Parts: sequence; C-alpha cells; structure tokens
Amino acid sequence: MAKRQGKQTIRLERPVSILSYASTVGKKESEGPLAPYFDVTSQDNFFGQKTWEKAESEIQRSTLQKALEKGGLSAGEVDIVFAGDLLNQCIGSAYGLREMGIPFAGLYGACSTMAESLILASLLVESGAAGKAAAVTSSHFCSAERQFRFPLDYGGQRTPTSQWTVTGGGACVVGPVGEAPYVKEMAIGLIEDLGVKDMNNMGGAMAPAAVSTLSQFFTDTNTKPDQYDLILTGDLGLVGSELLKQLMEREGHPLGSRHADCGLLIFDREQQQVDAGASGCGCSASVLCGYVLEKLRKGELKEVLFMATGALMSPTSSQQGESIPGIAHLVHLSNSPTAL
Amino acid sequence: MQKMTPTEYGELVKKASPNSRSYRTIPMAFLVGGFICALGEGLRTLYLSWGLQEDVAGGLVSVTLIFLSVLCTGLNLYDNLAKYAGAGTLVPITGFANAVASPTLEFKQEGMVLGMGAKMFTIAGPVILYGVLASFIYGAILWVFRG
Repeated sequence: MAKRQGKQTIRLERPVSILSYASTVGKKESEGPLAPYFDVTSQDNFFGQKTWEKAESEIQRSTLQKALEKGGLSAGEVDIVFAGDLLNQCIGSAYGLREMGIPFAGLYGACSTMAESLILASLLVESGAAGKAAAVTSSHFCSAERQFRFPLDYGGQRTPTSQWTVTGGGACVVGPVGEAPYVKEMAIGLIEDLGVKDMNNMGGAMAPAAVSTLSQFFTDTNTKPDQYDLILTGDLGLVGSELLKQLMEREGHPLGSRHADCGLLIFDREQQQVDAGASGCGCSASVLCGYVLEKLRKGELKEVLFMATGALMSPTSSQQGESIPGIAHLVHLSNSPTAL
Repeated sequence: MQKMTPTEYGELVKKASPNSRSYRTIPMAFLVGGFICALGEGLRTLYLSWGLQEDVAGGLVSVTLIFLSVLCTGLNLYDNLAKYAGAGTLVPITGFANAVASPTLEFKQEGMVLGMGAKMFTIAGPVILYGVLASFIYGAILWVFRG
C-alpha cells in the first residue's frame, strides 16, 4: 500500500516499475544536444497533419503507440491512461488518444503534467486498481504560441527571460512488477504564488513552487540532496534555476551540482536562440522519457528526483492582471526497488 | 518553504533575470528601421521621377511597403528579420501590415469567417480604434481653437 510520509510525500511500499517509455520531438529539438535519446523525431512540425492542434494530437498518439511497441504491449493491456497537454480543454490528449481504446482520464497541470500523470498512474497500479497504467504528456510550440502569445509570423521580439515551448511528448507505461526504472516516492505540490505577473518569465513564477515541494520532500523523507544522483526540474530555465539554487540554500538544502533542468538540457541556448531555455509540458516529458529513464534503466543514474513545474495561468487571467500561480510535483525514480 | 513577501521575491527575480542586450538591439532597430524608411524615401523619389503628384507618390509608397511586408510575412521572412530588428520592423508601416497579415495567415485553419475574418484585427484592432479616437479628439480641438 502507498503510505503517507510527512506532510506531502507518498511512499510506495512496493515500488512500481516503468515497463516501457518513449519520447517524440520536433525538428528544433532533434537538432539539440539530447537528439540521440529521442525515439521519434520529425523534421515536419505538422507531423503529417493539417493543423498544429492535430499535430500535437499525433504526438500524443504516436508516443504512446511507440511506448507500447517498445514494451511489447497492446493497448488492450492498459487499464487507464492519464494524459494532458497545454491546449484549451486538453484537446491534444483527447483527440490524440480518441482511437486508442484505453479508459482515459484527462489532466491539466500545465507543464507539471508529466509528473502528475506518472504519479497518478503509479498510485493506481500500486493499489491494484489498474494492472497497467499509462501516462502521456505533450506540448507543441506552434499550438502553444497561437493560444498563449502571438501568431507565428508576427514580427515580435522575445524577451531575454522568455522560454521556448518544446514540440514533443513523452509516454510511460507503469506496471506492478518489472525491471528498472522504479517509482518509489512522490510528492504532490502546493500552489505557490509570489506575485510574478510576467508571462515571459515563467521560470521566475514557478521557482517558489519548486522550492516548496522539494524542501518539503527532503523534510518528509529526512534525506539530503546529495543522496540523489540527479535532481531534475521540468522547465525552470535559466532564471528559475538560479532562483531555485538561491532559495534552496536559504531553506538549508543546497543543491550544488546535483541539479539540472530539462529546460536547459534540451536546447543549446545560445546556438538555438531560445533565450532563457525551454518550457512546455513536452519539455520535461520528452527529457524524462527519452534521456532520464534510459539512464536509470542502464544504471548510469541510480536515484533521481524528477520534479515537473507548471505555471497555472491562462491568457485571460493574465489580461485581468492576475499573478501566475506555480505548481511542482515530484517523483522519486530509482534504478533499484529497495529503499534509499 | 520559509516565508517571503512578493516584494522580496520580486527583487530576487529582477536580479536573476538577464536584461535586454540593448547594445545590440538598439543599433539593430536603428539600422533596420532606418533602412525601411530609406527604402520608402527611395521609392518616393522613383515615383516622383515618373511624374506622379506628391500626394499620389506618397500614397503609393505606403501601398508598396505594405505589399512588401505582407509578402515577407507570407514567406516567413518578416518574423525572422523582426527577431533581430525589434522596433525597427515594428514601428514603420510594415510592422502594422505584418500585425494584420500574421493573424490572418495563422487563423485561416479556423475558416474564412470565424478564423481569418474575426482574428485579422486582433493585434491591429486596438491601434486602429485608438488611432481613430485620437484623430477625432485632435480634429475636435483643432475645430474649436481655429474657429
């Protein structure tokens, strides 16, 4: 049974296994430093579709399909899929998984969705309510731009704190028994808002949520940052990562060189001109399901804290002058099922 | 998490956020914006040399620049230039044309009426509205004081 430990952490008494995983990315991501790790890369950002929204749905569909294939599984063996994206009413997931024939639970956690979906899938599998459960998350630069910002051909200049939405996605299938990687612990985050209103500074808006979840996790589990090989945040980017570093020191949990951010790994910031790094829920999803899980499986990484961060605003709330609430959910992934 | 006020945090965010590289952006805006204006001047001279009236030539310069901007928007060139030029491509009439053409292209997927038709002026609409309002107020002031 899953046990509550401390205030926000949940520990799985029987760690569940991530049976298979897959990642998909678009053209720009396939030109970045993590290119060799992704399963599916498309040079066509339309992914053979007519609209950007359909392209994003195709990312969802093909990524889950690839994860099933890699694990030698069929859709019929999966009891539930948790999926989400950034689009209004989560149409990326709903249309993408429409023909899959898997019971579907749509999620919105902004860019924290990969962690949120993986947490829920793991809990359901551990409790026995699902034999196998899947978690799928995607974002698309073009569909996000037209919803949150300006048309693609609009001649605007990006601010130095802005982040580039990743075109890509990730999918995992979780089962009760299997090989590494394992999901051992998880922490559901609080909504934190320290008044940042700038839609072009998401990292700054989300950093307090990341600090809140991470420091609570260390307190709940009575562990220290140096007990983990990697503490990976979702998309704090340059600004958010710097703030996380400073605030974690203030909390008494200095992260040192253990911390990395998916938003700073996926692109070469200078060469690929992405200002403060990458963002979007496909950012942490593709980096997790492409790069991190593979390293955990091979044993190149042993204990990883994966914490996807989300900014829970909408264009409407921003236009009405609201600040940006942040959220961060954490998953403790491991190469071994035994306790730390 | 230890308590922190939004003001304290705002200070930290400000310190952690890189500033615009104005040593690069301002000269680029000047050069590209200047080039567009020089192009306009060149066109005017050309049209005058064809024997056109001053006001006709002026109007034709605007039309030509708008055409070029819309064409470049359609060819995906304008936003790539604007990335470096900033205000240099935003301020001249070409920027306004781009602001109308780009949503038109973007939202054609939602159809001619609710897509292109409704979204065409999402960016330029407020400029037109307040531009008309400002010129109305200016006209009224002129009318009162000039008698």
